[in-house]
Amino acid sequence: MSVLTDLRIGETATLIALDLPDSVQNFLMHMGFVPDAQVTALRKAPAGDPTVYAIDGMEIALRRETAKSIRVRSNVEASTGAIDAELNKIAANSRAEQAEIHEFAGATR
Amino acid sequence: MNVCCETPAFEAPQTPRSGGLSTVVLIGPPNSGKSTLFNRLTGLRQKVANYPGVTVEQRMGLMSGVGRDDLTLIDLPGVYSLTPYSEDARVSVNVLKGKMPGTPKPDAVLLVLDSLHLTRQLMLAAPVLALGLPTLILLNMSDLMESRGGKIDTLKLAKELGAPVAQISAVHGSGLDSVPLFLNQCALPPAAKKAELLLTLPVLGNAASTHRWAAQVSRRTGYKAPLSAENSRKLDSVLLHRVWGPLLFLAVVIGVFEVVFAIGQPLSDGFGDVLAKIGSVVRPVLPAGWLQSLVIDGAWKGISSVLVFLPQILLLFLFIGILEDSGYLARAALIADRVMRTTGLNGKAFIPLLSAYACAVPAIMATRTIENKRDRFATILVTPFMTCSARLPVYMLLIAAFIPPKTFLHGFLGLQTIVMLGLYLAGFVAAMTTAWLLKSSILKSSEAPFILELPQYRMPTIRSLAMRLVDRAKVFMRQAGTVILAVTLGLWLLAHIPPVPGPGGHYTAPELADSVIGKMGHFIEPAIAPLGFNWKVGIGLISSVLAREVMVSTMGTLYGADPETQTMHLQNALHTDMTLGGAVALMVFFAFAMQCTSTMAVVRRETNSWKWPAIQFAWMLTLAWLGAFAVNHVINAFFG
Repeated sequence: MSVLTDLRIGETATLIALDLPDSVQNFLMHMGFVPDAQVTALRKAPAGDPTVYAIDGMEIALRRETAKSIRVRSNVEASTGAIDAELNKIAANSRAEQAEIHEFAGATR
Repeated sequence: MNVCCETPAFEAPQTPRSGGLSTVVLIGPPNSGKSTLFNRLTGLRQKVANYPGVTVEQRMGLMSGVGRDDLTLIDLPGVYSLTPYSEDARVSVNVLKGKMPGTPKPDAVLLVLDSLHLTRQLMLAAPVLALGLPTLILLNMSDLMESRGGKIDTLKLAKELGAPVAQISAVHGSGLDSVPLFLNQCALPPAAKKAELLLTLPVLGNAASTHRWAAQVSRRTGYKAPLSAENSRKLDSVLLHRVWGPLLFLAVVIGVFEVVFAIGQPLSDGFGDVLAKIGSVVRPVLPAGWLQSLVIDGAWKGISSVLVFLPQILLLFLFIGILEDSGYLARAALIADRVMRTTGLNGKAFIPLLSAYACAVPAIMATRTIENKRDRFATILVTPFMTCSARLPVYMLLIAAFIPPKTFLHGFLGLQTIVMLGLYLAGFVAAMTTAWLLKSSILKSSEAPFILELPQYRMPTIRSLAMRLVDRAKVFMRQAGTVILAVTLGLWLLAHIPPVPGPGGHYTAPELADSVIGKMGHFIEPAIAPLGFNWKVGIGLISSVLAREVMVSTMGTLYGADPETQTMHLQNALHTDMTLGGAVALMVFFAFAMQCTSTMAVVRRETNSWKWPAIQFAWMLTLAWLGAFAVNHVINAFFG
């Protein structure tokens, strides 16, 4: 779980929620900032802020104060999460196999 | 501006009006091309450009572009939803719902959507369709859609939305036949219409639900978004580059001024010769005496001294037009945001401030896109510091007269350009400093979000650029024919009374210094003498409160009325009468002072009180006086 400002340039994330005053939030949502939308950080302005984000095929510039109130789930994090889960499964399986082997060994002895 | 009042009283409508159709409204998200379409359908010239928020108030016109003079079309500021966020969007929603006093309730809706971003743009379709008015959905920018490989099934979309859908290109004028067809359909009695399909709409007002609905609709109708503008992104990687971006921005600004001087100056000089020729041709036609003096030395000298600058001003507007239509302005806003934020100004203030380079009046109206009232007022108060085109004649006259045409860097950078840039910079710095003072004192507010949609780059069309120039030339000529002519005639009169008895009992004009205007000038001279201004400049300062370019015509008339300088070119006449310090001080005075009644009137209208224009006038006059005083003394100390 992170916010829009954590994105590196070129990185894409999935939008989770906006923690902004109602009117601003409503406005941004009509510009495409809705949950589950894919947001990509495109580039920073020459002075380092605001940052241009691509969402729904549009390019929208947001200052840091606004972007830091937009919660996103990094797509990279999500995929590493999946890999971790996969690895855990494999580890669990091998542990189970080990146990079986032990059991088998115990039974044959 | 109620254009519909000009309708002739008797007229045979081409189509039966049994449907009671009389008012049609254009609605759509910002920068979807509503005003371009409005201009096509009405044949009017509403301002258009490639950035969101160009239109800030409703505009009405008869639909003569499609042969329907009996119908009024209303153009509205763009909205993302019908829950308004800013002043300009509130106007749209009120008009659409028929709640705007003085504006007729619309009978039919033309919903303009940018087909390049249809999914998101469809979100507006839900609340608009829910209004229950006959609606035609126009998918604009279909030309770009095709060339970029996007796809849309209009038939399916029409079924899905229960409303007719047409693809158009407002810029090229294609697909517009659908509009009169739709309007004819609307005018038929309800029985003749096809049974309307029942429509499932999302929970209105809930953005997430609306977005889900829009996404479903676009998926079911097989919408394929065009390839995202690779070219725009490639351009941006240079134009918004950390190093190249700001450098290119600076190069563009310097380049524009260099061209305005290097190419514009000879053009203006040539035009000036033509105007002088006209004067000398007309002179012998008129009987010698007061009439000749009034028409040639008074009116014509005054007006032509301002008209001379038309070529240079048009050249500048050509560049502004290219920058606006291409979509570069929104990028410039991004580059400048850092400066704006330090002053506490709202990020959205940048676009009004930039458009103030043409004229402060539309710029002040453009502040309606700023939601926060304090932010909006702060922007309104600093806008007149930006160098508007009415200051240009004053600057150009004085620069041509006093600044030698030296060049540096192998001729790439002229001294005249540097002085001109310095004046633009002085205005900008004054605006930013004033903004900072206001935002850290009486207009303090919490920081407003900066949300700016970057439009894709578009090639400006010759048609649109030409229309801008024609319009600008018209405004300039109208100003010369009204305000400047009136002031010039008044000045000439005041310069010729009271008549003094001459030889042979004839009454003749007094010496300029003894005339009413001369006495007035001498009366205020003590207040402006420390700035290096003589009494003639003083008269110019007073008359130019009406409009800045009146300064130049006043000088033309006064030096034309004085026998000593009558035959001289205005530049030479000024040169004999002013010091370098006084001339530069005069330019600085004009950079800061609020010499414009139209601006004061619009500030009073937009802030709804005389308090703000009064504060603004006093503050700008103070800065102008102090700035001119300092510059006059510094320059005289170094070069005097």
